[in-house]
Amino acid sequence: MTIDLKTVKHISKLSRISIDDNKAKKLGKDLNSIFSFIEKLNELDTKNTEPLSSIAETTLKLRKDEIKSENIREDILKNSPDKNKDFFVVPKVVE
Amino acid sequence: MSNITDLKLVELVDKIKKKELSSAEVTIAFINRSQKSKKLNAYIYENYENAIKKAKIFDQKPDFKKKLPGIPIAVKDLFCTKNIKTTAGSKILENFIPTYESTVTQNILDEGGIIIGKLNCDEFAMGSSNETSYFGNVQNPVSENLVPGGSSGGSSSALAAKLTPATIGTDTGGSIRQPASFTGTVGLKPTYGSCSRYGIVAFASSLDQAGPMTHDVKDCSLMFQIMSSYDTKDSTSVEFKRENYLNNLNENIKGKKIGIPKEYRVDGMPKEIDELWEKGIKIIKENGGQIVEISLPNTNYALPTYYIVAPAEASSNLARYDGVKYGFRSKGENLIDMYEKTRSEGFGDEVKRRIMIGTYVLSSGYYDAYYLKAQKVRRLIKNDFDEAYKKVDAILTPSTPSSAFKIGEKLNDPVSMYLNDIFTVPINLAGLPAISIPAGHDKKGYPLGLQVIGKAFDEQSILNIAFALEKNISFKNNITDWWIK
Amino acid sequence: MSKNNGEYLITRNDNKYEVIIGLEVHAQVLSESKLFSASSTKFGSEPNTQVSLVDAAFPGMLPVINEHCIKQAIKTGIGLKAKINKRSIFDRKNYFYADLPQGYQISQYKNPIIGEGSITLDMPNGEKNIRIERLHLEQDAGKSIHDIDPQNTLVDLNRSGVALMEIVSKPDLRSLDEVNAYIKKLRSIMRYLGTCDGNMQEGSLRADVNVSVRKKGDKKLGTRCEIKNVNSIKFMQMAIDFEANRQVDVIEEGGSIDQETRLFDTKKNETRSMRSKEDAHDYRYFPDPDLLPLELNDNYIDKIKKDIPELPDEKKKRFIEKFKLSPYEANILVSDIEISKYFEDVSKNSDVKLATNWITGELFALLNEQNIEITESPISSKNLSKLINLIKDGTISGKIAKSVFEIMRDGDKDPITIVEEKGLKQQSDPKELENIINKVISENPENVEAYKSGKDRLFGFFVGQVMKNSGGKANPKLVNEILKKKLN
Ligand SMILES: [Mg+2]
Ligand SMILES: [Zn+2]
Repeated sequence: MTIDLKTVKHISKLSRISIDDNKAKKLGKDLNSIFSFIEKLNELDTKNTEPLSSIAETTLKLRKDEIKSENIREDILKNSPDKNKDFFVVPKVVE
Repeated sequence: MSNITDLKLVELVDKIKKKELSSAEVTIAFINRSQKSKKLNAYIYENYENAIKKAKIFDQKPDFKKKLPGIPIAVKDLFCTKNIKTTAGSKILENFIPTYESTVTQNILDEGGIIIGKLNCDEFAMGSSNETSYFGNVQNPVSENLVPGGSSGGSSSALAAKLTPATIGTDTGGSIRQPASFTGTVGLKPTYGSCSRYGIVAFASSLDQAGPMTHDVKDCSLMFQIMSSYDTKDSTSVEFKRENYLNNLNENIKGKKIGIPKEYRVDGMPKEIDELWEKGIKIIKENGGQIVEISLPNTNYALPTYYIVAPAEASSNLARYDGVKYGFRSKGENLIDMYEKTRSEGFGDEVKRRIMIGTYVLSSGYYDAYYLKAQKVRRLIKNDFDEAYKKVDAILTPSTPSSAFKIGEKLNDPVSMYLNDIFTVPINLAGLPAISIPAGHDKKGYPLGLQVIGKAFDEQSILNIAFALEKNISFKNNITDWWIK
Repeated sequence: MSKNNGEYLITRNDNKYEVIIGLEVHAQVLSESKLFSASSTKFGSEPNTQVSLVDAAFPGMLPVINEHCIKQAIKTGIGLKAKINKRSIFDRKNYFYADLPQGYQISQYKNPIIGEGSITLDMPNGEKNIRIERLHLEQDAGKSIHDIDPQNTLVDLNRSGVALMEIVSKPDLRSLDEVNAYIKKLRSIMRYLGTCDGNMQEGSLRADVNVSVRKKGDKKLGTRCEIKNVNSIKFMQMAIDFEANRQVDVIEEGGSIDQETRLFDTKKNETRSMRSKEDAHDYRYFPDPDLLPLELNDNYIDKIKKDIPELPDEKKKRFIEKFKLSPYEANILVSDIEISKYFEDVSKNSDVKLATNWITGELFALLNEQNIEITESPISSKNLSKLINLIKDGTISGKIAKSVFEIMRDGDKDPITIVEEKGLKQQSDPKELENIINKVISENPENVEAYKSGKDRLFGFFVGQVMKNSGGKANPKLVNEILKKKLN
């Protein structure tokens, strides 16, 4: 299987990472070599195998319905690259 | 008296408790040596002034019941530290100052530890040589222009160079054990769920685990005991009784069954590594342990599985770095343009590569072929270990397929870089504990490690086996302080 | 558009089109704290004051689930007669947006907590069953504000992480009336259960509307369009009507419908395409590795079942059987939990028939006029039942009761006090009534004559005169009896 330039561009769009043509070509090459190594998995028959998504040997812990976080707006906004005192600020959204 | 920085962690604790040393003396000694060692580039952020202040405060009212009484310690910059810059080795978090403390570093602070700085690492822990850090390469103190391993490369370098008496790293596919092996130090990756992930910058949530890096197994046991805790803030944290790993440390391995997986004898593995392994096997036998040949048939599929699972989780975990709430932002015409530029300029090449791989394997039409397939193979790999542990108590393997390589040597070949983790990755996939201890040198004089893999939550057994090996190997790291002279 | 026999059809050039509607309702779970964090869910607070480090997706922050929200989802599932899944999984739905701090929404995809169920609608031509496909738990997003700052978009994360139940119906709805009935019934069930307050103004209930059309008689479903995030029943109906007509026009002109997401513009009253096709979403769902599968056992579910109150359908059945109400009356009284509570309070202490009439008549008129909910009623259930008892025991007539009711609405005054203060007690003393009747008879000899010679209709005249002379307080039943005796 090969990943073409168009696919690389599509993935970069989905990832919200802009990428120029030169970089895209280089990346395409890297991805192809990584995926040809990944293809090895096709040797295995996993028809009857259950997928494993979590390895933690425990059950899902449940929290009580209690309010424990107070107003920490200052902390929340402190690291923001562009903000006013109440909000996060981002460039105008175009639909 | 010998140099303070030459002392092991347990020795320092002892001397402070006996009032032979003060916290300030110890802290200043490590800071002085760190300042002379800038060439290693082990630190991303130096917290020296603050640390000395804290040490002096400790000395005024010392609490000797603490397990790390006024002990200075530098930590990997993947742990969020309250009011101390935390970057994960990335430009995208260049100026990020958390208002909160990770559970693991909080545990260290609670026991009297003092943070002297944040250590370099591969960007978002993605790398095996510390070459992907936005803050530059880290030198391996073993030899100039040698990588210290990765991703906890700043940690392994700082530890081996005695800039910190012990340190902590994170291990997603080998990021503690491989750098430990490359620098002649001890590194433990605990069982998944043993150390809380709260406040650690996430790479791959189902694989990440924090662990100690130390000069010897005793120090490692102490650090692990402090780091491991049940945490209600992490849904994958496991509630079980934590032992006193240090007090229980015991070199007696009589009757222990140690598995040797035949699949780990890979083609092209240097002879020295084979010999090292044989040496380990011999020591086990001489000490009354029993060697059992075992098979982990799906070993060869671990790395491809890992390179689907880890990037998939990472692609999603790193979506939050979008220039809105914290960190770097690039100017954009509109929201989407801002996202694309911020993430393009804020992330380095390796991180972008892995985000792309992860995005691809999860995307519509490929999920079943890649991600679901990998999850199934992950089950098979775990089953291999479950089977093996019906017959053995622990497993012994080399830590890495080679010794440390030169800076730049593997930079342009991602796959050969990934192959570094061939012996460590299966353990993360199975969620098991494993320790790497220094066991010898190759002919260039570079350290090599042996890995002991345990059953889930049976860290005590692998610490004990490692302790026995360590006693019999009496490894000596020949580090010459070349970067200071 | 024509409506016959409750059918909703669109006619163009002799072709009749049927409209197929499915709803994905987002209902905010009633809980103190958010789904995966311990910050408050309170509505209307200052921006970004109810945001935890988890809600704002700071590095290293992890989700821990709120058990109450799980119970709320299970309760709702029981209310929808749905299958409770013993094992469900939380997935990440990945997309970038300014008010989605994690870059993904934690939701449930392949394995939701609740499976198939149903809702029964009471339509004018009988009951109709709407199948529910699933209910799953997910996080709400924050709010993007576009109209404060001309250059920028502002982001408020107070809502970020609030628990939602997404309730997905099968495409079983066929008309605007059914959509109206469906939303109301769903809302009613959740309010009975206390799992969602159903407050549409505050956004506690929003819906994505799936609309397709097909020629009447066709078996195959047409291509559907999804209209996102409509927040009132009126707008849902307007959006559906516009969208269905748009689709019919496209088909009639020989075109075909593209499956797409559309937006309802409430100002222009139209739907329009939201995203270009090349930017089509690919959410890359996968199980959230920060969470484990949610495993439930029978014991846990049974305990919740024990807490389920009587729901509208059962209550309606009981009202019909026990109180002999008509299905129509019962429907009205069970439609809202607060109305049913009020009714049961009143009828517990007074006549059921009168309670029904007074609540659905006078009281509803009053609430309507003042545009308020029954919980804000100026007349308490206690005083209304007293009023009804005054009528029932003959102390006052129905007519007087209406004027007492008028006085009661100011400050919820006790009707007994009003009757006493104003001397409105009914005259039921036969002696006194006889006196008045004798007076009326003696003052109207010609009419007495005429009545006796066969003009029966004059009986009403005498009753009226007696009532007038008594100031409206004469007991009409007794007046009738005595008058008959005297005149015959
Ligand atoms: Mg939807
Ligand atoms: Zn939804």
